[in-house]
Amino acid sequence: MPDPTGLELIANELRERRPDSIAGTLHHRGIATLVVDPGHVLGVLTWLRDDPLQRYGFLASLHACDYLPHEPRFGVHYELLNMDRVERIHVKALLGDPGASELPAIDSCVELFPTADFQEREAFDMFGIEFRGHPDLRRILMPEEYEGWPQRRDFPLGGEPVLFTHNEHQMPRWYE
Amino acid sequence: MTEREPDGRVRELATGVTAESPPGAAVEAFDERPEGLEEEMLTLNFGPHHPATHGVLRLLVKLEGEVVKDVKPYIGYVHTGIEKNCEDKSYWKVIPLVERMDYLSYYFNALTFCMSVERLLDEEVPARAQYLRVIHCELNRIHSHLVWLGTSALDLGAISMLWYCFRERDKVLDLFEASSGQRMHTRYIQVGGVIEDIPPDWGRKVLEFTEDMVARLGQYEAILDRNEIFLQRTKGVGIVPPERLLELGVTGPLLRAAGNPWDLRKADPYSSYDHFDFKIPIGTVGDCYDRYRVRIAEIRESCAIVRQAVEGLPEGPYITTNRKVALPPRHELATSMEALIHHFKLVTEGFRVPPGEAYVPIESPRGELGCFVVSDGSAKPVRVHMRDPSFVNLQSLREMCLDGYIADMIVNLAMLDPILGGIDR
Repeated sequence: MPDPTGLELIANELRERRPDSIAGTLHHRGIATLVVDPGHVLGVLTWLRDDPLQRYGFLASLHACDYLPHEPRFGVHYELLNMDRVERIHVKALLGDPGASELPAIDSCVELFPTADFQEREAFDMFGIEFRGHPDLRRILMPEEYEGWPQRRDFPLGGEPVLFTHNEHQMPRWYE
Repeated sequence: MTEREPDGRVRELATGVTAESPPGAAVEAFDERPEGLEEEMLTLNFGPHHPATHGVLRLLVKLEGEVVKDVKPYIGYVHTGIEKNCEDKSYWKVIPLVERMDYLSYYFNALTFCMSVERLLDEEVPARAQYLRVIHCELNRIHSHLVWLGTSALDLGAISMLWYCFRERDKVLDLFEASSGQRMHTRYIQVGGVIEDIPPDWGRKVLEFTEDMVARLGQYEAILDRNEIFLQRTKGVGIVPPERLLELGVTGPLLRAAGNPWDLRKADPYSSYDHFDFKIPIGTVGDCYDRYRVRIAEIRESCAIVRQAVEGLPEGPYITTNRKVALPPRHELATSMEALIHHFKLVTEGFRVPPGEAYVPIESPRGELGCFVVSDGSAKPVRVHMRDPSFVNLQSLREMCLDGYIADMIVNLAMLDPILGGIDR
């Protein structure tokens, strides 16, 4: 992990190269977090991967999170790793909820990190986050015809009622 | 047939086919198609209920003759929404849930979740607890590799290996049963330590097992390493260069077999792994045979770690003494009002975790297993996500199988060691 000073240096360098790309930094419990603007996420990831002083070349994990009731609501997290120095940096992009039937969208990083393929599909499947430019953005864990985004916080936990002999008459012709 | 020299050069054998030239090339040489007949691609639905898919995995395979031209995995058949369910449980009740994700490495799942929560709590784990965690995790690694070895050899037709491996695996499960009361999904690792100290004499049994295991490993190798069928089916199969494996996010024995010695136990030691003397086995060619050799060698190293940890087991508490996190000892409940209150609060509400986010990775038998926990300050997590190595590693299956025979796909899949419970969660 970069120490707090190192994190600020990275953030400052990025701010110089791409104004408005960094929304903030956070160093908590030894984990360095870089909060980036969702529009600049590809640029920031490319620089972190290719800059000779950074070389965070391995995307360990990509996952999403729903921060309801906070705004912006969604977070897409990138866990980058420099294998030579064994340093990790946590890049986070926060996305607002466009509401109604629209999906929050962010650029896909499959071109940069092919490993993100399945993980972006999982984030799309569970949170309804659209990854622009993903080659094959389909549901991965839920059935293809499923409706709704199961891991959003406003999606109910309960499921279908379990059928027993005492309540089967409440669901007529259940056997069909 | 081909064989590789230790330096990676390809040696050509009688048939004139090298690993560099695809098997399709040999087929074309004998291609004497009668006039008017056409060849077409065959799309084969492989699974989800197929004994060689190691679970409920469906592969859509495009075949040209017997040569694989495309593989697409379809997953989600055992998706049970564990991550969603975790959000409705207090932290200590999440542990048995996450253990059921990757059902062959339950100690690892619990450990990575507990380490993430400990990171957020800023909680120190006593030395004895760290050693006990290491002992159980390494026994779990042996157990997981044994199941892998038995089922993979079964896929290749060596049915006797299954019985031998499951015999040894049962001994590991007996040890788990003695230390925690359960054979699988033991709920042994807790936030702040482990649930119970080991029973007297357990250490001796573990040492006996490790000695036995090392001897048995020699017997397994004697069965497989001189088996011509096994060698021909694994050597030179499924080679993907290590750079490409890294791009695809592959970690664990698959990456090490390709020659990259990346192992979090060494690179970024956690839970006092730096106290032990062990080696990281790596391969040279990166084919299925190397993957087999690496895992066998890993069992041997795990035995060495377990032996050192049992012999050097420090005295002291086995769980943190912070009463806000860990249950007070049972006997205190009868005499101490405070202990009773703590017990009541922990059992009913659970402990609260300060707001924050943490991603903590460990080395599971299949690669980097990470747990991402988000807390909002309440007693339930906002988000629990497992970066499961099987899920990520599965992406490399296509490149391993392309332009190989369909029979090699079975070997590739077996040596990938996917656990569908972990993939689908």
